[in-house]
Amino acid sequence: MTDASFDPIWIDVGEVLQRTVASLYSSLVTRPTGRAVRMAIETQLQTVGARSLSLIDFSEVVIIDFSCADEVVAKLLMDTREGGAHEAFFVFCGVHEPHRDQIEAVLDRRRLATVAEIEPGTFQLLGARTPEEDRLWMELEVRGLVSPEQLDQLIGDEGGRLALESLLDRRLAFRSPTSGRIHALSRLVRRPN
Amino acid sequence: MNVLPVPASLDQHTVDAFLDQVWLTKDERTLFDARHLRWVDPNGMVGLLVAGTVAARKQGAMPRLEPPESTDVIGYLSRMGFFEAAGGIFELEDPGKRAKPRSSDVLLEITPVASNVDVHEVVDRVQTRAGAILTSKLGYPATAVVQFSVILSEVCQNIIEHAEAPGWVAAQAYNWAKRLGRDVVVISVMDVGRGFRGSLSDEHSARYGDRWGDSTALEAAFLHGLTRFPDSGRGQGIQQIRRQVRRWDGAITIRSGTARIGQVPEWDDTPPLVEGLQPFPGAQISIVLPARAPE
Repeated sequence: MTDASFDPIWIDVGEVLQRTVASLYSSLVTRPTGRAVRMAIETQLQTVGARSLSLIDFSEVVIIDFSCADEVVAKLLMDTREGGAHEAFFVFCGVHEPHRDQIEAVLDRRRLATVAEIEPGTFQLLGARTPEEDRLWMELEVRGLVSPEQLDQLIGDEGGRLALESLLDRRLAFRSPTSGRIHALSRLVRRPN
Repeated sequence: MNVLPVPASLDQHTVDAFLDQVWLTKDERTLFDARHLRWVDPNGMVGLLVAGTVAARKQGAMPRLEPPESTDVIGYLSRMGFFEAAGGIFELEDPGKRAKPRSSDVLLEITPVASNVDVHEVVDRVQTRAGAILTSKLGYPATAVVQFSVILSEVCQNIIEHAEAPGWVAAQAYNWAKRLGRDVVVISVMDVGRGFRGSLSDEHSARYGDRWGDSTALEAAFLHGLTRFPDSGRGQGIQQIRRQVRRWDGAITIRSGTARIGQVPEWDDTPPLVEGLQPFPGAQISIVLPARAPE
């Protein structure tokens, strides 16, 4: 996995919330709160290089409402896609069952998708995706890494090729520009000790 | 002086008629006569506050509130924080004596909502109390407290983002033994702002032409998720509240101006759309969440 050349950035959303906006409040609610948290995360990401992989950790967040999910998850994905040269990949972790509804709803509404760790070591694709994208992503998730020689076997037909390109374009998987190998994002994130 | 009798029972079934009466009062100071009030729920309490606010605005004079004779009702209003909230709205006879310490049996006292800080307070406050009520009284899973808090957050933000005027929220659990044979939680959120039609008019009235009015504005927001914001991510709060309320087999209705729209389950005979009400300002939202039906 050395060709992936990522040093994942771990961002604790609960800590960002406390530090940024509301030291007295523990919930990620209201749109201004979500906006402030997103901007703090984006500021943190401005200092990284041309490519980054961020682990956005919701473990310490008890409540997240739809407004905050839209600001912190959906708009973060949108902003970084529109951000020009910087190539940002995200994995959202600590996405517990009570968070999922809100996050899935805002992603669906904006036709976005993301990789989320729903339990330690268990990753899922959340949001808008086609059945073929889902199938390919899960296959990649099982394998962890696919070499260029194994690609035909993975993608199957033209539909599979388009789905793979879509996953890569939407930054739901990573293709190494040096080796051409395709990595599942889950294998590229490391939790801090 | 107008004398307006407050009905003996003031809840989600009677509050519309009461607010209509307030709107129809003459341009003189109003005395709200609540002496015969025997039963009041969050819709009734918050309804009294918006009624007093609108009467003051309309008549240019602070209305007077004659409190209930029933000591039980007085005690309940005190525990719900009614007299604290009413202090700046009504002329009250010695309201200080009525402001008793808050009690732990209340799910959410009447809380003013004027800024996002208030929404944080509401969410933090209910988290400590709602868990036990939702699980023990309604039979909901332990994680339901999150969805319940999200509902409150979104519905309160509706006031801040669309009303451009202050509002109030309150919630309490009841045993609807006769009406439903189950416990329920009743949530009321009301404001005296510009209402759904006022909020949406600039962006959406043209496409409706002559049909534009309170009921079409409510349908646009409630059924289709329209909002005055061009951002496609906006307007989902009410849609998601509806979805969660449906999952819990609950009822949600919203009055704004002359219409009230609702999503009602089989156990509730409230019509899904009521028109022809008086043009009362703002928006008045009622949510009823019933206990899970026995298997």
